[in-house]
Amino acid sequence: MEPVRLEEIAEEYRRRSSAVAARIVLCAGTGCIANGANKVFAMFKTVLEAKGLDVYVDLKMVEEDKAGFHLSESGCQGFCQMGPLVTVLPDNIMYTRVKAADVAEIIEETVINKRPVTRLLYKDPATKEVCRGTGDIPFYTQQKRMLLKMCGQIDPGDINEYIALGGYAGARRAHLELSADDVTRIVEDSGLRGRGGGGFPTGRKWRAAAAQPPGKKYVICNGDEGDPGAFMDRSVMEGNPHSVIEGMLIAARAIGADEGYVYVRAEYPLAVKRMRAAVEIAGSLGILGESVFGSGRPFRINVMEGAGAFVCGEETALMASIEGRRGMPAPKPPFPAECGLFGKPTIINNVETLASVPIVISLGAEQFRATGTKASPGTKTFALTGHVANTGLIEVPFGTSLRTIIFDIGGGVTTRRGPGKPEDFKAVQIGGPSGACLSPRYLDLPLEFDSLKAINAMVGSGGLVVMNQDTCMVQVARFFMQFTQSESCGKCVLCREGTYQMLVLLDDIIEGRADERTIGLLESVARAVGTGSLCGLGKSAPNPVLSILRDFRGEFDAHIAHKRCPANKCTALIRPSIVASKCRGCGLCVKSCPTGAITGERKQAHIINEALCIRCGACLTTCKLGAIA
Amino acid sequence: MSPEMLVSRAEKFSKVCGILERFGHKPTMLIPILQAVQEEYRYLPEEVLSFIAATLDLPPARVFGAATFYAHFALKPKGRYVIRVCDGTACHVKDSEPILNKLRTVLGLGKGQQTTEDMEFTLETVSCLGACGLAPVVVVNEEVHSLMTPEKTEALVNGLKGRKEGMAA
Repeated sequence: MEPVRLEEIAEEYRRRSSAVAARIVLCAGTGCIANGANKVFAMFKTVLEAKGLDVYVDLKMVEEDKAGFHLSESGCQGFCQMGPLVTVLPDNIMYTRVKAADVAEIIEETVINKRPVTRLLYKDPATKEVCRGTGDIPFYTQQKRMLLKMCGQIDPGDINEYIALGGYAGARRAHLELSADDVTRIVEDSGLRGRGGGGFPTGRKWRAAAAQPPGKKYVICNGDEGDPGAFMDRSVMEGNPHSVIEGMLIAARAIGADEGYVYVRAEYPLAVKRMRAAVEIAGSLGILGESVFGSGRPFRINVMEGAGAFVCGEETALMASIEGRRGMPAPKPPFPAECGLFGKPTIINNVETLASVPIVISLGAEQFRATGTKASPGTKTFALTGHVANTGLIEVPFGTSLRTIIFDIGGGVTTRRGPGKPEDFKAVQIGGPSGACLSPRYLDLPLEFDSLKAINAMVGSGGLVVMNQDTCMVQVARFFMQFTQSESCGKCVLCREGTYQMLVLLDDIIEGRADERTIGLLESVARAVGTGSLCGLGKSAPNPVLSILRDFRGEFDAHIAHKRCPANKCTALIRPSIVASKCRGCGLCVKSCPTGAITGERKQAHIINEALCIRCGACLTTCKLGAIA
Repeated sequence: MSPEMLVSRAEKFSKVCGILERFGHKPTMLIPILQAVQEEYRYLPEEVLSFIAATLDLPPARVFGAATFYAHFALKPKGRYVIRVCDGTACHVKDSEPILNKLRTVLGLGKGQQTTEDMEFTLETVSCLGACGLAPVVVVNEEVHSLMTPEKTEALVNGLKGRKEGMAA
């Protein structure tokens, strides 16, 4: 096969795109699709065609000297709460919450007459200012998007656009101009650390595999992101699959691998589809295959769907799964770099890590280190969710504080009654089931691998779940314990049985059976589980519980000593009563009460009949005035 | 086994044979094979698992072991509509539990029961769907429904029930 000519592809793409009068980019991330992006896309096509305008969904169809309109989908643009998002280029106007009914107006006003439709623009709730697009929406201006820059901009299905923006140049350089050792050294010097969990230096991992004698070696991309509350890997695979492939190609060059696997969570069907399509097209261009970029070195990629096991995030378990076995972790050493998949040297990197590699190669180690902190260079993506105004996918330099993320980018905490005040912030959960819950005292902590480790937390894959005062921290602890308990593979006794006992103890606290010995017992079992488990799942399983015990001890005491749930969530402990001064007699609680325990005249304070109350908490969640406590 | 029985057996498993063929009868491809079989039958019938074990020359325990280890494999048939309630952290803190309780009531599912008697609905929870920005999320087959409440969920299920009755009429 003739070696691929990246410059020609880029030139051709630019030539065709310059013939386009306007480009309309629709976010087709999972969030926006759930909000109806597909209908909006279809409507754009229909309306443009009805007007007799030329619409291209693929730039290859652009005919010479015929100005048309380019309609394309992108991966997740991050601002999920405001979807579906529509961007009109070249003016870079971003519309939020677009419905199919808005399409005709957007086409008439913006696409044809170049005027913005003000009612569809984002208004900053803090300043009431209307924002035209990503250039002035605070959610975007406070971020530094390096990894996500293309994700949300380009058409993930069009390899030409990725190439036109400089894609695959790093992989080609690695294969044709640099030695394997050079590639490894650049990654080592860049200080890139693994984005999937503990932050192990990527270069060091590669060096270990590169040092193995030549022969069959593997590169695995871990796309089994199983942390509840995290979706950055999904977004990268959906929005910019070629960056992952390019990262794998560079890794393959560094260690001398000829085969790779992308292991994707089955819950992410779109990511599976986009990765498969990207691998296929890269293969047809000779980027993957028998002779990568004509170098004579082969590299092939297989895309494999996971089958639903959180523990497969562990490297050794993931490899067992690819080999067709139960995904159970094995002791290390031997490390995968020495004896990995099918017994061959293997490196496993997470999606975000691999997608960062082309950036490292193109910027160079020194330039890459200019962002972030000394020990944690570069940027980190976070999935910002929970009780926060702007939920979505964000990217910030390492070292950014939680305060900036939650209050400036996230737009602050929300409550049941709408936007909240800073004091409504109770905790933020970072790092998923292996991570910790941080109280307000950590709001100014710079986020990076080591600062978090120092307080027994971790960056993990980067889920940030914000919680307001309505959250019961004991229940949060129980939630994570339940998760790790059910996801334990069962190999280690302490992980299998210890997590179960921790769960039982937490149930005792929540259901009012706990006494003064419970906490001590919980702590000692937690220590044992952390010490006696083989893999990361078990070792880190007690982390959320221990961090909540450390920062929210008072809440445990309230449950145990006073049989009271401060957040009014634990149904066995709540005694709902109406605060007469706050009740306006709206009757919402009456409707929600399943046993008819609440009575009262309209516009008069209501009362709860204790004898009838089953303490289900329905009235508590319905009351908009905070009159039930 | 008589020739007739062999023929009928081969017919019965012809689809499975096709799948095994597609994956080159490789034991290392066990998981993709099980995924493909499940796509075909919507669950993993016991006899099919035994057949796969025999064909790949694996101990049946290995095949059953993998099938029961992974959450995605179902050894019991599922309903026509599989409703999955996301119980990831983001959905959980935004009250996914009342949605789950509401669904159990609306579908009339007893303790431990996942599928309705008429094989119409299966109720499951999943640990995270990666659509956390829109929590809480409910997925019916492949369709994602965002920012759900118990009331919206009830309306959704009633709509699906209505579709069935509409078809019958």
